[in-house]
Amino acid sequence: MKKFALAGNPNCGKTTLFNLLTGSTAYVGNWPGVTVDKREGTYKRGEEPVSVVDLPGIYSLSPYTSEEVVSRNFILDEKPDCVINVVDATNLERNLYLTTQLMEIDVPLIIALNMMDAVEKAGDSIDAKELEQKIGVPVVEISALKGGGIKELMDRAIKISKAARKGETVLKNSPIAHLIRDVSIALTAQKVDAPLFHAVKLTEMDEIEAQMHPELVAMVDAFKATFSNDTFGTDFEAIVADARYQYITQNYSSVVTKTKQDAAELTQSDKADRVLTHRIWGIPIFLVILFSIFHLTFSEDFLYLSAISGGRLPSLFASAAEGGLGWEENAGTLLLGCFYDGAVFSPGVILTNVLNLILDSVSGLVAGWLNAAPAWVSGFLVDGILGGLFAVLGFLPQILTLFLFFSILEDSGYMARVAFILDRIFRKFGLSGRAFMPMIMGFGCSIPAMINTRTLADEQERTATVRVIPFFSCGAKVPILTAIAGGIVQAFGIGNADLITYGMYVIGIVTAIIAVLCMRSTTMRGETPPFIMELPAYHRPLFKSLMIHLWDKTKHFIQKAFTVILASTILIWFLSHFSWDWRFLPDENMNESILAGIGMLIQPIFTPLGFGSQLGRTAGWVFAVSAITGLVAKENVIATFGTLAACLVSGFLIPEESDGILEASAIIAQTGITIPALIAFIAFNMTTIPCFAACAAAKAELPAGKFKWTLLFWLVTSYIVSTVIYLVGSWWWTAFIFAGIAACAAAAIVFWNKKHPLKDNHAKKESTAQTAGASEEEEK
Amino acid sequence: MKKLLSDFKIGEKGKITAVSGEGKIRRRLFDMGVTPGAEVLLRKKAPLGDPLEVRLRGYELTLRKTEAACVTMEVEA
Repeated sequence: MKKFALAGNPNCGKTTLFNLLTGSTAYVGNWPGVTVDKREGTYKRGEEPVSVVDLPGIYSLSPYTSEEVVSRNFILDEKPDCVINVVDATNLERNLYLTTQLMEIDVPLIIALNMMDAVEKAGDSIDAKELEQKIGVPVVEISALKGGGIKELMDRAIKISKAARKGETVLKNSPIAHLIRDVSIALTAQKVDAPLFHAVKLTEMDEIEAQMHPELVAMVDAFKATFSNDTFGTDFEAIVADARYQYITQNYSSVVTKTKQDAAELTQSDKADRVLTHRIWGIPIFLVILFSIFHLTFSEDFLYLSAISGGRLPSLFASAAEGGLGWEENAGTLLLGCFYDGAVFSPGVILTNVLNLILDSVSGLVAGWLNAAPAWVSGFLVDGILGGLFAVLGFLPQILTLFLFFSILEDSGYMARVAFILDRIFRKFGLSGRAFMPMIMGFGCSIPAMINTRTLADEQERTATVRVIPFFSCGAKVPILTAIAGGIVQAFGIGNADLITYGMYVIGIVTAIIAVLCMRSTTMRGETPPFIMELPAYHRPLFKSLMIHLWDKTKHFIQKAFTVILASTILIWFLSHFSWDWRFLPDENMNESILAGIGMLIQPIFTPLGFGSQLGRTAGWVFAVSAITGLVAKENVIATFGTLAACLVSGFLIPEESDGILEASAIIAQTGITIPALIAFIAFNMTTIPCFAACAAAKAELPAGKFKWTLLFWLVTSYIVSTVIYLVGSWWWTAFIFAGIAACAAAAIVFWNKKHPLKDNHAKKESTAQTAGASEEEEK
Repeated sequence: MKKLLSDFKIGEKGKITAVSGEGKIRRRLFDMGVTPGAEVLLRKKAPLGDPLEVRLRGYELTLRKTEAACVTMEVEA
């Protein structure tokens, strides 16, 4: 089967074209660099099926970011039968810069001129025929959005893929054309593929190239010695880039006909931008948008109607609860209760309630059928499998709602502006505004967030970002927060669940900031990475692409729920219902189970954190066990609570409206755990090693050898953060001790850095991740 | 009149005459079309005064003041 590659600038419509060609559901965003890995699909509507690869968006073939390296290596090493260069017609000049580099590789090339409708809408026009004649490569007008020109593009691509093509360069008239020709001849003699491309890159002294052909570096140096240019001296890199752009402006300005001068005109996008990145209102607007998203997703008091009315709105269940709620008698009330109970719920909460209502009735039905079955069968099916599975599926609505809002922001182009607005703040911590995107995605799910760090050009910034992403509490950790915060309020009768939840988010963010500061000043010293980024034009998000994104997420989540999580729920149920001698244990004999044994064994480790030995041996090990099951998937922490509460607490049944709060408060009452210890427990789960799936993503994204240090970093950080929270929360004066330690650590780091200034950018070495973790004491 | 891009006021326009700076930053500037001869308009500064948003070669680019300080401009009257 023939293989075609799609190459082009970020945000030029490549992924939209890819979806159109392959009918696949790859996600499209309006953020430069959303496709961070190559994707493959099949085009079946031509004379023969063709495999199509969507490469990450790039501006150049220089090894500046890992995406550029991925694209470059693919085209050079995998030798596709044809490269389809997608060109954004609204931005011809910069897009053709990449084209001039692609032309140098010996591979059939075709240009797909995309977004012509937008050009025409602006009143301009581009002569595609003239462009084709001048550039010497086939040019086809397409509209990836509306599906125009696709057939013609693929037919011509298939046609040209049948013949080989020799690389051409636009640098023929540049002052270093001689050198390029000589190096190219030398490389041809060495039987190197695509000699012209390598020759140009070698003249530019491109890092990868210089390593591959050290023997030819001397040739370039010798030429340099005899060379001098008025403007650029011997800076070949500048000469090459300049020559490319000069060639483009000279040859293609006639292709584009502009009706208006572009400078003064305000497009709609500009008008929106004026407000959203306003000098004074830009940051407040961003904060309001962020708050609204979280309010719409999580609030149980929508628009604060209940708070405003002073709690005068009647509660729905107060009267009904006395009589007991059965589905048959009270269907209407139950359904209404999804939307309203003393306060109007936000859309995210309503969806959750509706789904939980359905899941609970299924649970109830199954329990009814199994009335006659042996105890262990119904226990296994209802508590073990359904209980665990439904607890996890119940979070899906809120995770998806959150994703929907972030996708809208991303699609519209606002996320790029957020990076623009916030860069100044991020720079203080040694990161760039671009790091904001993966971090905020972390609130949804760590996995896409970690993959998205590939858009960061600087390797140290990437490593630091990947490490702190789990501290931005993800969707799966939300139930830990809400269940335990709710449990605290219910069991102790004090506090405000929202406030605790909000506070835990803040602790996560503070931990992330301190961790980044520590890493950047100890193991990852170096200058702040650059921030040179395209700001895409705003556009209305496409409904289809939003739905594609959401469906992707749903699929992932459900897959996870039915594989890893289901398996671990069954395992936990098994471990908790069987003793070491393989005897089935009824719920009340849980103390003899295998799980209890493991829990008791590791329980002492958590003593400084407040949920260790001090909780006693009857049920105190529940916290230790759920912290462990949380490693499989964070949803398991509260699922484990549910399973164990049903077994341990006498008379406790998994309630109808299961959001984990009742389970948590039952466990709290049983163990007598204190509030600081509970907060420490939440903090531990939030900052420790993330779920297995996220670990896999981190391992893939981190440079070789850094993953094990990262695991250690997570463990040490979470242990220290939780210890500090527990100790300071229990004995306030310990705050002074920690402040002292933190001050000493900070002073030591500053002193060390002064004594060992950075000599050279490349000299910085990562000694251990432990140092970064150890100085975590600054927390609090 | 010569001036650094970082010293531009909002709405000021000019032609690039030279790009300095080290390795990666300069490479990136080149790749994004910041090369001698290109016309640049400073459109906006971020709410905290930095980074800058410029228009060049028909699109919007954002860069920091420190990076803009690598770009020498000939100011257009």
